[in-house]
Amino acid sequence: MLGNNPTSLVYPDPIDIETKTQSSVAHFIKKMKKNKGAVVGAMILLFFIITSTFAPFIAPYPVNEMKFEDSLQGPSMAHWLGTDEFGRDIWTRMLYGGRVSLLMGLFAVTLSGTIGVILGVLAGYYRKLDIYIMQFIDILMTFPSLLMAIAIVAVLGVGLTNAMIAVAISVVPSFVRVVRGSVLSIRETEYVEASKAIGVKDWKIICKHILPNVASPIIILATLEFGSSILSAAALSFLGLGAQPPNPEWGALVFVGKSFLSQAWWMTLFPGLAIMLVVLGFNLLGDGLRDALDPRSK
Amino acid sequence: MNQPLLEVKNLKTYFPIKKSLFNKKKHFIKAVDGISFQVNKGETLGIVGESGCGKSTMGRSILRLIEPTEGSIKIEGKEITALSQTDLRKLRKDMQIVFQDPFASLNPKMTIGAILGEALATHQLGQSAKERKEKVKELLSKVGLSPNHIGRYPHEFSGGQRQRIGIARAIAVNPAIIIADEPVSALDVSVQAQILNLFQDLKETLGLTYIFIAHDLSVVKHVSDRIGVMYLGKIVELSDKKQLFRQPLHPYTQALMSAVPSLDPDVKKERIILTGDVPSPSNPPSGCAFHTRCKFGKAVCEQVIPREVEVVPGRFVNCHMYDKDYRADFI
Repeated sequence: MLGNNPTSLVYPDPIDIETKTQSSVAHFIKKMKKNKGAVVGAMILLFFIITSTFAPFIAPYPVNEMKFEDSLQGPSMAHWLGTDEFGRDIWTRMLYGGRVSLLMGLFAVTLSGTIGVILGVLAGYYRKLDIYIMQFIDILMTFPSLLMAIAIVAVLGVGLTNAMIAVAISVVPSFVRVVRGSVLSIRETEYVEASKAIGVKDWKIICKHILPNVASPIIILATLEFGSSILSAAALSFLGLGAQPPNPEWGALVFVGKSFLSQAWWMTLFPGLAIMLVVLGFNLLGDGLRDALDPRSK
Repeated sequence: MNQPLLEVKNLKTYFPIKKSLFNKKKHFIKAVDGISFQVNKGETLGIVGESGCGKSTMGRSILRLIEPTEGSIKIEGKEITALSQTDLRKLRKDMQIVFQDPFASLNPKMTIGAILGEALATHQLGQSAKERKEKVKELLSKVGLSPNHIGRYPHEFSGGQRQRIGIARAIAVNPAIIIADEPVSALDVSVQAQILNLFQDLKETLGLTYIFIAHDLSVVKHVSDRIGVMYLGKIVELSDKKQLFRQPLHPYTQALMSAVPSLDPDVKKERIILTGDVPSPSNPPSGCAFHTRCKFGKAVCEQVIPREVEVVPGRFVNCHMYDKDYRADFI
């Protein structure tokens, strides 16, 4: 038996110094670097983000200036990716269009993520609300997301903002489901129970215990949905429901280009490629994040 | 007689199971089925029983982490079953819990300082963040950890060290009673002894009262003053530790005791082997729940639920063998 003084039980600790742990951020970056797909994805995205951000400095021509003598020219030294029917430089328009497309994705993911996390946490944590929220979400999920986005635009009216809202709403269900599932498993853990036993208020338990532990699936999903939101937004524009010409949004560029498909293939190919590359970049990055944030792979 | 610190009367916790969409007749799992006991200040009540007998559910029901279906729980004479969540929150610092699994009971994303600080901040113990940090360091040394560990994360600790953190969290709010839910069963035997000694030391220095839940008789024997034996949601025998180990009365207790290995190889003990499994708590046997496995079972056991009999003062048994009305059936 040891003595009555609890301090006599002090564990010998070989590194008994006040330390901060090797930051999990450093560990995370190390893991991400090992994943080739994630690095490629990140580089693709970085390229598009930088070029769109600095579009006014990079663009060789004014974005909306028409020059009819240059109309429908193929790729050349003067116009790298060719020109459209009004003689506008495709490369320039794509640089500016990237701004619209990426912002649409960002807006859609932020809006749907916020709504999705709130609803998911409510459904997962307050079990009495669960059935109502999930029934509603299940109804939303019965519609294919693009079809629903079209329906919402039909109600709200055609336009860029409405298209963004429509895309955001169509993505909400997947956020709710993922968040709810994660919250359900975290709320049953003993550390949440311990906080309840201490008397911590519900909202503090949600903010301090539940949200930090469901953060990684949310981040992964947000990355993947970023790509598909851009795709949906482009699809809406392509259908003439989103960004309207002369807005150089990528989907709108493809939409305009399809009328000239037989004469000017470059008008559709390059914006289409840009959409494809960005979606690919987000998917690669999302998969990499999933591996890097998975606690089991540590 | 002075007032007991904790008084539990006829506590029941039933979990509903839905049969089907159209059959609305409700069935229940009777996890805790009418438990009554008292715990006096400064004593340790041990609770033993097989897994699935409702020990943990009972512990959580007393804290209202699981809402009890029926019954009364009084802590220092104050009834807590009727309190609203807001009022209950204030009372929570009087009663704490230490969990079984030290790996699941600490938030992996929070430092030790944040975990313990949360308990202090919730009950306004310590005015400033700085003061609370000092208190956390004090707590860490109380449970035998270095105050320098304050900035570390749970995954940097061993199972025993984590359990010490769990204990520190429980004592942070100066509780009157701690429910220890199998606090050592997930640990190595060598570490178990250290943690048990820590419990004993803290009890003496802080004047704590414990309800100590375990399935290991030797652990319970080491820490308890009184012991309650649970079977299928009921306490079948509640007795002083010495008396219980000298002369177990309930047939189930006798079977449990006979399974404890003896240190002396020459001592020949009669082993009572229980046949069959614990019956399902959703469909417990009629009469005495233990009659299906009891070697003394008589017809009366299948029909009548045994009463609580006080054999000697402070010693309770739920068995017809000790009930004067049915005594004759067993002779």
